[in-house]
Amino acid sequence: MSNDLWQLAITTEQFKGLYNYWIVIFLMMTGFFIVISRKNMIKTVIGLNIFQTSVFLLYITMGKVNNGTAPILGPEDAHHDDHSHDKSHDAEHAAHPFLNQISEQTPAQNVSVGNEPTAPLEVLAEAGNSGLIYSNPLPSVLMLTAIVVGIATTALALALIVRIREDYGTIEEDEILILDRES
Amino acid sequence: MNSFPIVRIVSKILIPYILLFGLYVQFHGDFGPGGGFQAGVILASALILYGLVFGIPAAKAVAPPWIVEKFIALGVLVYAGTGVATMLLGGNFLDYDVLEHHFLTEITVGGQTLHMLPSGQHLGIFLVEVGVGITVTAVMLMIFYCFAGRETSSE
Amino acid sequence: MIYIDIIILTLLAVTAVTVARIRDLWAAVMFTGIYSFLGASWMLLLDAPDVAFTEAAVGAGISTVLLLVTLALTSKTEKTSVSVPIVPLLVVIGTGAALIYGTLDMPHFGDPDAPVHTHPNPGFVERSQPDMHGLPNVVTAVLASYRGYDTLGETAVIFTAGIGVLLILRREKTSTEADDSTTEGTS
Repeated sequence: MSNDLWQLAITTEQFKGLYNYWIVIFLMMTGFFIVISRKNMIKTVIGLNIFQTSVFLLYITMGKVNNGTAPILGPEDAHHDDHSHDKSHDAEHAAHPFLNQISEQTPAQNVSVGNEPTAPLEVLAEAGNSGLIYSNPLPSVLMLTAIVVGIATTALALALIVRIREDYGTIEEDEILILDRES
Repeated sequence: MNSFPIVRIVSKILIPYILLFGLYVQFHGDFGPGGGFQAGVILASALILYGLVFGIPAAKAVAPPWIVEKFIALGVLVYAGTGVATMLLGGNFLDYDVLEHHFLTEITVGGQTLHMLPSGQHLGIFLVEVGVGITVTAVMLMIFYCFAGRETSSE
Repeated sequence: MIYIDIIILTLLAVTAVTVARIRDLWAAVMFTGIYSFLGASWMLLLDAPDVAFTEAAVGAGISTVLLLVTLALTSKTEKTSVSVPIVPLLVVIGTGAALIYGTLDMPHFGDPDAPVHTHPNPGFVERSQPDMHGLPNVVTAVLASYRGYDTLGETAVIFTAGIGVLLILRREKTSTEADDSTTEGTS
């Protein structure tokens, strides 16, 4: 891959496969630019917010699977009647033969990392009775908590800004530094 | 905001539905998109809208700050308490499988099976989401009260 | 579908650049709300309705309200500076170029063989069917059950942030007289 530095001509396939990262990087860098170029504290918080939202988007784009759908199981895939122990054991038994099957089917081009064989998700996702492909729920979960923690930290930052304004009378970083030096 | 009758009337009409939607998102989060985080924010935004339109004293009459303060801690307690309860029942911390019970899980009315109480994992997730929802609602509302309280006193 | 993607991504980029260029803070806050909402729309297209939901409620809702309240408490316009920020621009372009070079090795968009989809194996979608006794929303299952500790930690973070804001901003009636900062004379 070190040749890529010299072969800067980007193929159409690469563009289709990577444009999501490039958009996200552009948005991230815009946020980063606001953070480092502006002296106004509220503007800095806005920049951080934009940076943060771009990171959420980066994670979410990674969780997307082609032709996939949201990871909410349809009625065909969900076992609604599994309130008793017996039935849940049945479901586990039903899952096991399938799992053995996919580990046998591991294609050669999938390099296995560690001892665990890897399998393409399409094979896995067709486990559902409906044959639907589900996108990856894990990035959604991580970002869900990150968003709420993000608003909590933003609120804390804004509270500090309000206090700074009350004590210094300004929210411009350079003016605050001058006031600090004078005192 | 007294001079904006349209804003007042529209928000008066909308607020009950926002609250209802928040509750739906909270308790339907296991089946559709949603959960404690979203529900907390939606419930808080309904109360914040009320505060913005009708004034902070009106909002504080609906949700008194001293109660909201207690709810901040209550949500975390509900969450951690679920974990402690599973430990007392003999499982690991937050291992919801030990919450499995066979009390009123489903009843049959006229040949139709109705699910009454959630069981096992489902019950654990439900309790945990309730805890998250309470904390998020209370924190968002408290943050709004703090900021809004500054405004009135510094003018 | 691809046209909706193109429209949303273009609007996202335009909004971000507008926020960076504009000097009026009210307008910048409003554009941040729009940016969050556009981001939520793209998340919906990327099969993450839970996150889109949260982002729309938090980013476009609560966050905008908090920023506006802060603006009301501080100043509404940014101090204008004449100098063009050359150094930040160079830093940003350099970082962006490095990141784009890094993406050339990344798994392609929507590739089902990407490592994020093949580990853990079986994934959460498959595992949650026997484990959760038929709970349809896998995101909720992972959030509250598989990653229960993590979510407890997040709740504790929100709790702590709430306490922090309370400590910074709440004005005790008894301590107001003792506090002799200049702006508190009217209370």
